[in-house]
Amino acid sequence: MDPNIHRPMALQETPVILPGHDFETVTETIAEIPLSKRFPLGWVGFISIALFLLFVLHMALGYLVMKGIGIFGTNQPVGWAFPIINFVWWIGIGHAGTLISAILLLFKQQWRMSISRFAEAMTIFAVACAAIFPVFHTGRPWLAAYWLFPYPNAMGLWPQFKSPLIWDVFAVSTYATVSVVFWYVGLIPDLASLRDRATSKVKAVLYGMVSLGWRGSARHWHRYEVASLILAGLSTPLVLSVHTVVSFDFAVSVIPGWHATIFPPYFVAGAIYSGFAMVLTLAIPVRRFYGMESLITMRHIDNMAKVMLATGLIVGYGYSMEAFFAWYSASPHEKFMMYNRMFGQYAWSYWTLISINVVMVQFLWLKRVRQNVGLLFVMSLFVNVGMWLERFVIVVTSLANDFVPSSWAHYTPTLWDYLLYAGTFGLFTTAFLLFLRFVPMISIFEVKTLLPQAKVKAEH
Amino acid sequence: MAQTPGPQMAQTAQSSHPLHGVMAEYDTGQALVDAARKTMASGFTKVEAYSPVPIEDLNTIIHKTRTVLPSLILAGGLAGMATGFALQYWASVIEYPMNIGGRPLASWTTFIVPSYELTILFAALTAAIGMIVLNGLPQPYHPVFNVERFSMASSDKFFLVIEARDPKFGSAAAFLRETGAKGVYDVEE
Repeated sequence: MDPNIHRPMALQETPVILPGHDFETVTETIAEIPLSKRFPLGWVGFISIALFLLFVLHMALGYLVMKGIGIFGTNQPVGWAFPIINFVWWIGIGHAGTLISAILLLFKQQWRMSISRFAEAMTIFAVACAAIFPVFHTGRPWLAAYWLFPYPNAMGLWPQFKSPLIWDVFAVSTYATVSVVFWYVGLIPDLASLRDRATSKVKAVLYGMVSLGWRGSARHWHRYEVASLILAGLSTPLVLSVHTVVSFDFAVSVIPGWHATIFPPYFVAGAIYSGFAMVLTLAIPVRRFYGMESLITMRHIDNMAKVMLATGLIVGYGYSMEAFFAWYSASPHEKFMMYNRMFGQYAWSYWTLISINVVMVQFLWLKRVRQNVGLLFVMSLFVNVGMWLERFVIVVTSLANDFVPSSWAHYTPTLWDYLLYAGTFGLFTTAFLLFLRFVPMISIFEVKTLLPQAKVKAEH
Repeated sequence: MAQTPGPQMAQTAQSSHPLHGVMAEYDTGQALVDAARKTMASGFTKVEAYSPVPIEDLNTIIHKTRTVLPSLILAGGLAGMATGFALQYWASVIEYPMNIGGRPLASWTTFIVPSYELTILFAALTAAIGMIVLNGLPQPYHPVFNVERFSMASSDKFFLVIEARDPKFGSAAAFLRETGAKGVYDVEE
């Protein structure tokens, strides 16, 4: 594990940590934000908007529970619309956090350390937003316990364990729980750092309680490292399974355009692609606003753009395979499905997504583009849109024009569809801003392990 | 919090509290590891090291044993798998058998996903809770926190403690001063 972090600039690669950092400056830079007494004006401004959107979420959910799902545009034949699109979109975004914290840990990718903490926070908040949709999409959330959880209803009937929908409940709830646990375990030593640096008694006591009395003894660290490594090993197959199971919701059915074996890998790649876009959307302004450029360097930005490119290419391959399968299947319904996506009533959504996810992403081959932070930020927003449209295309075009022309219809979302979706941004952004303010946004102890001070020679 | 004397001024006799041990402070992980090696080689047995970053060597040098956590996690995972499978088998075959398209009631292949998810869930919870409980946490009070300098243990300083219950404790403070420590402090109970 020689990070060679102070690699000379002549090697043309920005280091993972810019020169000039030691243990103390790393702790100081990261810990001063949660411990500060100030609430920066920009933060207050953003959280005001976020809280307004959170209010919109409450209003939309309240009206939904009062009126039922008639307030949505969802109706036959498009019986699955905004709620499932938004669910898949949010849960997909979460995947980047787990990829960064678990899979890249197993591959000893040291650049992940600066971004893993807030990518994991993003995962948790994204999964929370996603969870709202399956719970509320029936308009009767109190009944979700009967339909979702392994619990018999009043007539002794159990959920259908042969259905991917119930698999999804297990996959997503496990994913949410394990993400929270993994995140909290990662936080314990850093919360102890905050406890030890806290200037006020209240903060010292609060951070002391949540850090559980962590001392950093040799015993502590040994068990901690073992637990972290195994958690990473467990999270890796977990994260791959989550979007696989989400894709089963579609692939196990017989709807044209859904019933495809490519779905699991294609969904997982799309999830990571959209997740990295969201990490960039968050990291680029955050590193600027909080002056974290020396810890989240251009190397991180560049690597994230590369991951986005790689997964974007897999997604593009998925699109071409969908078209190929439609032709090769010789099924008139599959062929029509593809024709309808390209030239039917929702053709605009298909071509927008192709121009973003297949065409635009090719610009990431250029180093100049990957080094242009402003451009990358805009591109990451487009990718978020593109991946939302992908789910829209899959869900809506397949249902609106399925087998029998007499049942075809046009789906239009209502204002409440949009308000509920916008409201989840309020939940996400509020949670994320509170996280930035009160929790160390970068893993302090992990970043320190990259510094020469942490190096210990083997026994001679 | 009890105050302790400043660096280089360890006092052993006049303290009003019983001693938990003596603590030495180092600037680098390397100095701590070297000191820990020397301490163990000199026959001290009740020793603990504290560092702001994980140093795997320290556990090997001082405690020599590895944690049982991996076995617990394996057991947790297997228990999760058994729970998941048993839940589905019981609900689908025993409690409410239902013929759907003539498929077998115990169609184990469809039970894989929830069983798998519960394997991961139980194993992950065992990993996290096991790590916390085996580490004796939550433990809000510990004598080492009485040393004012110890607040740097989560920032950039490294510490070695020889506990008072060590049979050779009498010579501990003097010994630690010889290990290149930046300071040696009493740790009160």
